[in-house]
Amino acid sequence: MTNSELSQAIYALFGERIALSEELYDTLVIEVAPKDAYEIIEQLKQDPALSFNFLTLLGGVHYPEIEGRELCVVYHLHSWKNALRLRVKAYLPAEQPSIKSVTSLFETANWMERETYDFFGINFEGHPNLTRILNMDEMDYHPMLKQHPLEDATREDKDDRFFGR
Amino acid sequence: MKMNSTDNLIRLSNGQVLSKETIDGDIATINFGPTHPATHGIFQNILTVDGEKILNSVQTVGYIHRAFEKLAERRPYNQITPITDRLNYCSSPINNLGWHMTVEKLLGVSVPKRVDYMRVIIMELARIADHLICDSIIGVDTGALTSFFYPFSEREKIYELYEEMCGARLTTNIGRIGGFDKDFNPVFHQKLKEFMRTFPAAFEEWNGMLERNRIFMDRTRGAGPISAERALAYGFTGPNLRAAGVDYDVRVMHPYASYEDFDFIIPVGVNGDTYDRFMVRQEEIRQSFRIIEQAYNNLPEGAFHAEVPEFFLPDKKDVYNNMEALIYHFKIIMGESEVPVGEVYHSVEGGNGELGYYLISDGGRSPYRLQFRRPCFIYYQAYPEMITGSNISDAVITLSSINVIAGELDA
Repeated sequence: MTNSELSQAIYALFGERIALSEELYDTLVIEVAPKDAYEIIEQLKQDPALSFNFLTLLGGVHYPEIEGRELCVVYHLHSWKNALRLRVKAYLPAEQPSIKSVTSLFETANWMERETYDFFGINFEGHPNLTRILNMDEMDYHPMLKQHPLEDATREDKDDRFFGR
Repeated sequence: MKMNSTDNLIRLSNGQVLSKETIDGDIATINFGPTHPATHGIFQNILTVDGEKILNSVQTVGYIHRAFEKLAERRPYNQITPITDRLNYCSSPINNLGWHMTVEKLLGVSVPKRVDYMRVIIMELARIADHLICDSIIGVDTGALTSFFYPFSEREKIYELYEEMCGARLTTNIGRIGGFDKDFNPVFHQKLKEFMRTFPAAFEEWNGMLERNRIFMDRTRGAGPISAERALAYGFTGPNLRAAGVDYDVRVMHPYASYEDFDFIIPVGVNGDTYDRFMVRQEEIRQSFRIIEQAYNNLPEGAFHAEVPEFFLPDKKDVYNNMEALIYHFKIIMGESEVPVGEVYHSVEGGNGELGYYLISDGGRSPYRLQFRRPCFIYYQAYPEMITGSNISDAVITLSSINVIAGELDA
């Protein structure tokens, strides 16, 4: 199966529910609405021809400039039967970053969703234990959001103006 | 843990409820870690035990979290390589070269065949070093200290080979985007030949200490088993998944660095227990050695790096005598090289499984987002399930046999 065949199969299955599909560096990327994400991933997993049986990676991205789509949850699915990868993206608004957890489909999502919650503050509904995992529990912000600079903004001993930073 | 005496039930901290009749001794809570000689790294397991039997385990991770993904958003591409060293530090060259290949994929650079073969040699040496440590530590945790010291003479030879290539031993920062900073030098050739001459016999001598050792087999067989279905559900990859009987290997399913040129087999286990994980790693060492032999004997002629002047540092004498070289040198050092907009996922077969890099570039000097797929982090969540119902001593060897590396776990 090639990416274009996969793309056709996905459109045949889901039709209008796929907002965007493109091929980026040999991987097919599809965008879905957050409310559909769980169902689409479930069908992708269970469809006998596609059989995306393995969740390789789950993570977040923050795009503060895109209004209403500030946060993105990225699922990397892998079909071992077809040796194909698929990237599923769901954009969430910053006011209510909430999406259904896929832990009931892939147990491996448990810690990856906790990590994404920890870093981006994305709420995974139905997650069995959505707590911070790598950072300390007392932390009161989500550090991978772009508004949190890596370096202490109060520092005055460094001047990076000329170096494109 | 709360005791509820009225209805004769005991409620554990994970919500599990047990009847008192099923408990043999007293229930106790034990901290296995964060610093404990048997954890081989800093991570905590709070065990609820009934005598020696583990009823429940709660994990805490993140003790050495260093915010690599955040750091990467501020560093130019070539300065991210040292971060990857510190993931799985038992096989840092694999992490380094995997990162270089990811950037090359983003840039659309194809490297000469010789670079692929050189990378394969370095990566398979790293895999041997990684597996030597893991398997010998299983020996230590079963009480066989000798088997820990034996492979160190061979690992030392591998580290000397790294030293010839990059000057470092543990956190190697080996290679460059586009290839290597230098070709194999005569000392490297001589040391690699020496390694290839002595390694098989030394390996089999060490292997003989453990493989059919009655005590070792009795201790490790049946310890910490996981079925293929459960391992897949938990996202296992690498030797731990193969020990459960699934022959998934990134080198075969999505070949990179010309792995399709080499003849090797993927060993699989049956029971997914500690002994199978040990055996799979031992066989992988033999297969890695075969790959090194094939790659070295067929090492193609050619350049040791691709023509990517925007990323590959020019020779120092050219920097002083050639204007283009000076410009590129400046751009690389200051992190001003042009990078296309795009996003790419690339993975390599690391020491512990599928090591992936998800890179989003917005055309800026550093990645917009870089996420590492860290195999340890993903499969370590299965650990409580693997040890529930077993003894504490089995929990120790299970932990060492799944080869959890704190650096990779916590990023």
